[in-house]
Amino acid sequence: MSYHADERGYYGEFGGAFIPEMLYPNCEELRQNYLQIMAEPSFQEEFHQLLKDYVGRPTPLYYAERLSKKYNTKIYLKREDLCHTGAHKVNNTIGQILMAKRLGKHRIIAETGAGQHGVATATVCALMGIECVVYMGEIDIARQAPNVARMKMLGAEVRPATSGSKTLKDATNEAIRDWINNPVDTHYIIGSVVGPHPYPDMVARFQSVISEEIKSQLFEKEGRENPDFVVACVGGGSNAAGAFYHFLDTPEVGIIAVEAAGKGIHSGESAATSALGKVGIIHGSKTLLMQTPDGQITEPYSISAGLDYPGVGPLHAHLYTSGRGEFISITDDEAMKAGLDLCKLEGIIPAIESSHALAIFKDRKFNEDDVVVVNLSGRGDKDLQNYIDYFKL
Amino acid sequence: MNRIKQKLQEDKKILSIYFTAGYPSLNDTVKIIQDLEKSGVDLIEIGLPFSDPLADGPTIQASSTAALKNGMTTSLLFEQLKNIRKTVSIPLILMGYFNPVLQYGVEAFCQKCEEIGIDGLILPDLPLDVYQEEYEPIFKKHGLINVFLITPQTSDTRIKAIDDASEGFIYMVSSASTTGTKEGFGPEQAAYFERIAAMNLKNPQIVGFGISNTQTFQQATAQTKGAIIGSAFIKHLTQNGVDGISGFVGQIR
Ligand SMILES: Cc1ncc(COP(=O)(O)O)c(C=O)c1O
Repeated sequence: MSYHADERGYYGEFGGAFIPEMLYPNCEELRQNYLQIMAEPSFQEEFHQLLKDYVGRPTPLYYAERLSKKYNTKIYLKREDLCHTGAHKVNNTIGQILMAKRLGKHRIIAETGAGQHGVATATVCALMGIECVVYMGEIDIARQAPNVARMKMLGAEVRPATSGSKTLKDATNEAIRDWINNPVDTHYIIGSVVGPHPYPDMVARFQSVISEEIKSQLFEKEGRENPDFVVACVGGGSNAAGAFYHFLDTPEVGIIAVEAAGKGIHSGESAATSALGKVGIIHGSKTLLMQTPDGQITEPYSISAGLDYPGVGPLHAHLYTSGRGEFISITDDEAMKAGLDLCKLEGIIPAIESSHALAIFKDRKFNEDDVVVVNLSGRGDKDLQNYIDYFKL
Repeated sequence: MNRIKQKLQEDKKILSIYFTAGYPSLNDTVKIIQDLEKSGVDLIEIGLPFSDPLADGPTIQASSTAALKNGMTTSLLFEQLKNIRKTVSIPLILMGYFNPVLQYGVEAFCQKCEEIGIDGLILPDLPLDVYQEEYEPIFKKHGLINVFLITPQTSDTRIKAIDDASEGFIYMVSSASTTGTKEGFGPEQAAYFERIAAMNLKNPQIVGFGISNTQTFQQATAQTKGAIIGSAFIKHLTQNGVDGISGFVGQIR
């Protein structure tokens, strides 16, 4: 059994392409071409060259000695926070902009919640000189002003999504609507392993460079390619998909996915999709999502803007229901404390999303000789105001 | 015989009207249906509101959001429609997104539709292959016609596959757009209407998107069986409530 997508984009019962006919040609063009384009040597060469020279890969695999001592286990941090633009998101946008160019597209659209994916998309569009429109919920625009400014400086147009709840899910709806209205010249760079097939698989492949590097770096340091555990936070699930990718079919490697419990799983203000979600359709994918009994999609909450998506990618829904992945949810408070802890112990200010992954060590115990790799998906610069408000700095 | 099929056999152009259930007020559903029938409309699409209507433009989105805020749910809609067949005989189609249907249970949903006297479903995000593999027998068992969409971007091969899978009619989306985005038709639509007419499909086509008045209705139906009006009718409801429905319909044809 494989935990990767089958050729129709299913992970077990999850995935597929539940899209209106208006989107069929767009998705079909991508589906028919993505694997072939990605396999072209010239594509691989350009992709890896940019990851190296522009993004700054490989990112270090850092042995966090003081953190390890505190939790009495061996903790390695995969430093995606050191990527250009401050998070793993750019691995995907580099891949997709190259894909868009090869498909002959002249215009890029994207959705963004906190603005990280929007910035990563605006960045690669500037790099390639391609027009860029980023949809962002009106409410998010107000609370993420620095990232809005970054996108504008990078030449992108930021369009407010004013429908529905005016946040990430609505920005995604608006991007999809734009794509319906511009089916020929536009490529939609989706920001996580969500959406209709082939997006979850394509984005996971672009992010898989994370686990590819973990394997060789760990071999250098520990004399073995496989850690005992890989830990990552899950919003839509792209950094986790990248960190898990090359270990999915290696059962010796434990997979730990960390979701945002917000103010508590049962507080009504949470984004713990595996615990609270039911099977349904969101943004063209069959997966677990938070919804009312009547099938209306509900608005999630987390202190970290990057984790408050009401669904998870179909890969993660499958990891959860099959039992392959261990799912842990972490509250705002636990994450904030773990974030500050990392600052003090290792001199690294993590993104609040990543702090969720770091927060598991308080309750989830590991053996002394376990090798645990935590994917540090992003840095905390973007979250400074949140940290300031929370800790009254 | 299914009421949709029967209606399609009549020698006339079909006027179909879409509205969102629960809008403008929660309990307007039955009155709107009755008035539409009295006004001479041929077919009605009752929209089941959804929180995230991907294929819809601002007008229908806003009506969905308002309907949900008013308290509309799948169960409540079924409750409102319980006795609808005592007063109307017009073909009725439920149109909505797949997730609420999935949550209700596809079998239970279809069963309920049959009990009420619903004749067909339009679920734009239920793809053809999934329908055929998983749900076709259930729809058929309950006498429901499933209507598929095509667009100017749909390839001939796919249109043929959709034609084979359809019974009733094909929903011909007039342009690459969300609902209510583009008004009227240009040369691109003329070419598209030509292309489809030349394909001699086994199912009649009914055109939707971009139709709001006599002129666009006539253009849309010159080479097809009928046309659907959605956003323009929603705008009418926004401005006039449930009054003057016959006036609205009267100015279309
Ligand atoms: C630093 C960081 N980590 C994680 C995420 C969550 O996304 P995903 O689950 O796709 O990795 C985001 C999203 O904005 C992010 O910025």
